[in-house]
Amino acid sequence: MEISLATFLAAVAAMSAPVILAALGETLTEKAGVVNLSLDGAILLSAMAGFVVASSSASLPLGFAASAFTGCLVAAVLALIGVSLHQSQVAAGFALTFLCRDLAYFLGHPYARQQGPQLTTLPIPGLADLPFFGEVLFSHSLVVYASFLAIPCCLLFLYRSRWGLMLRCAGENPEACWARGIDPNRVRIAAVVAGGALVGLAGGAFSLAVKPGWGQPQGCEGIGWIALALVIFGGWKPLRVALGAYFFATLQLLGIHFQDAFPTVPAQIFQVAPFPLMIFTLILIHASRQSRGRLSRLLAGNAPKWLGRAYRRS
Amino acid sequence: MPSSPPEPPVNRQTHNRPMSPSAARHHLGSLAKFLVIALLALGTVSLLLLALGISPATIAITLAKGSILSWQKFGHVLSIFSPLLLASCGLLFTFRAGLWNIGVEGQVVLGAIAATALLRQGSLGLPPGLVLCAAMLLAFVGGGLWGALAGWLKHRGGVNEIFGGLGLNFVAQGLILWLILGPWKRAGIASMSGTDMFARELWMYTPPGWRVAPAALALALAALLLSALLLLSTRFGLRVRAVGLNPLAAPLFAINPARTALAAMILGGGLAGLAGGLQVAAVYHRLLPPISSGYGYLALLVVMLANSRVSPVAPICLFFAALAAGAIQLPIALQLDSALSGVIQGSCVLSALFVHGWRQRLREAR
Repeated sequence: MEISLATFLAAVAAMSAPVILAALGETLTEKAGVVNLSLDGAILLSAMAGFVVASSSASLPLGFAASAFTGCLVAAVLALIGVSLHQSQVAAGFALTFLCRDLAYFLGHPYARQQGPQLTTLPIPGLADLPFFGEVLFSHSLVVYASFLAIPCCLLFLYRSRWGLMLRCAGENPEACWARGIDPNRVRIAAVVAGGALVGLAGGAFSLAVKPGWGQPQGCEGIGWIALALVIFGGWKPLRVALGAYFFATLQLLGIHFQDAFPTVPAQIFQVAPFPLMIFTLILIHASRQSRGRLSRLLAGNAPKWLGRAYRRS
Repeated sequence: MPSSPPEPPVNRQTHNRPMSPSAARHHLGSLAKFLVIALLALGTVSLLLLALGISPATIAITLAKGSILSWQKFGHVLSIFSPLLLASCGLLFTFRAGLWNIGVEGQVVLGAIAATALLRQGSLGLPPGLVLCAAMLLAFVGGGLWGALAGWLKHRGGVNEIFGGLGLNFVAQGLILWLILGPWKRAGIASMSGTDMFARELWMYTPPGWRVAPAALALALAALLLSALLLLSTRFGLRVRAVGLNPLAAPLFAINPARTALAAMILGGGLAGLAGGLQVAAVYHRLLPPISSGYGYLALLVVMLANSRVSPVAPICLFFAALAAGAIQLPIALQLDSALSGVIQGSCVLSALFVHGWRQRLREAR
């Protein structure tokens, strides 16, 4: 199968858009010191909510709003149990993942395999006619543009704004945060809910644009886990997280094309490729703490110091 | 990985708390807590159903009809109960050692693969019973090795067991797909419907009219008794507990936290592997892509709900198994999705976490 490089790169950009949204949402959450393991279920539930609202109201913006709201709602439950009530974030996240997945299948059952509205591509006038870059960057749907924009926005927010500083402080050193008169738990709740909105949008991006429609399976199962793996792979740095998402989308697309070359290797093998790579990255991160090689320094990344730990004022 | 691992799964407050004035009051307290959790979870789900215009009573009757109101259906419940109990027992070891063994799902899969590797060869001229025993032993070894790998990754590679285990789950899923579509494919065509059926004499014996192999049930119950014995009344169980509660203090009592944690991972993985072995030997008689039926993940919910204590595990497993079996009737009788069972199970765990947290908050406010 012959395809041009530009078409391939455009497919990578389109495929990784929802993953980037979800992974950036999780990065925000984890930077504030909270692990949100509910990603996989939350994406599915918000995909369902987005599809159902969009098809019954025939309005795409309402559909996306419903997805984002669903994402916020799931994240708020996690924040209530994991932050306000100081229970284990991992336990709450895991229970939520399975609850949301099954809730999505249960509630979405009557809407399965129905036609629904779908986001069309919106080439940017002028820019879309550029050779090569026009096809790669400027002839996509709004979801893909949103994923492009989300990366610099996330960077600016985290590293160049006062709120971003507060958020990182709540994840690195909540005591210091408290000493400055800011309640770290409030910052954490806000970060979890905001991250949840991005995760919800990722769900909407699936059911309304990337893999339009609702069914069981929808096709976005497992994406949440990949997004969680990407946050670690990217060392909790938004730019590297996004680059990781492009890298894995490339791998998966190559996998589909390699199928012709290696017909005995099923495509599912390439689908699981991110996970061994994530484990390998984690080992490298660990090794980089001991040795100071150039490669390991490139890959190293430190988790926020208070990641996963509840903060109680003593 | 995070230099500060997430909190161990055991709820320290409940366990470290000095005994309440009278044991009777303590028991009354835990009974009241149980009722509050059940009421909260079932109340929330009922409200959801009412909002959708579905009568919770109809659902309850359908679930009961599909699970406990006939021996045939109850046999099905028990055939879910057996692997679920095995995987949950395995998780008790790792959770009490303070390890989030998310890799349990992959350990179930590896157990199934290891058992299949032997069973697909036929009986090799040996007595079938012996081959089945050997297959179960292999399943234990397969799951145990997968658990050991996650433990080793944590100890030597610095990979947190949550993400290492999760990664290994997906690797196990890739492995099973590769085996089914590749080397172990059905004669003629490779298909997602699984490998060829095993020879008839290698099916774990199920009496006519039953839906559960008695040997599978016996194996699960024996594993529960043995786990309870090991965890509650041996030095090893105490060591596991000590490492789980305070890995830094454990060395002061000449306990090696790394070795204890690895032992817990191997035992836990082995028990989960047995669950996978049962799935191929007693239930499906071949290897399928969804061979684990998600029982590893379901077992995580069971042990979270049990708060890593031994005694509630069996009743919770039975309840969850009954929900899973009963839910199969929902699409047939009411045109509803069977995922409702998962909604109820998940709500139970979330309610338990909520009630735990709420009680702690009340206690602190006092």
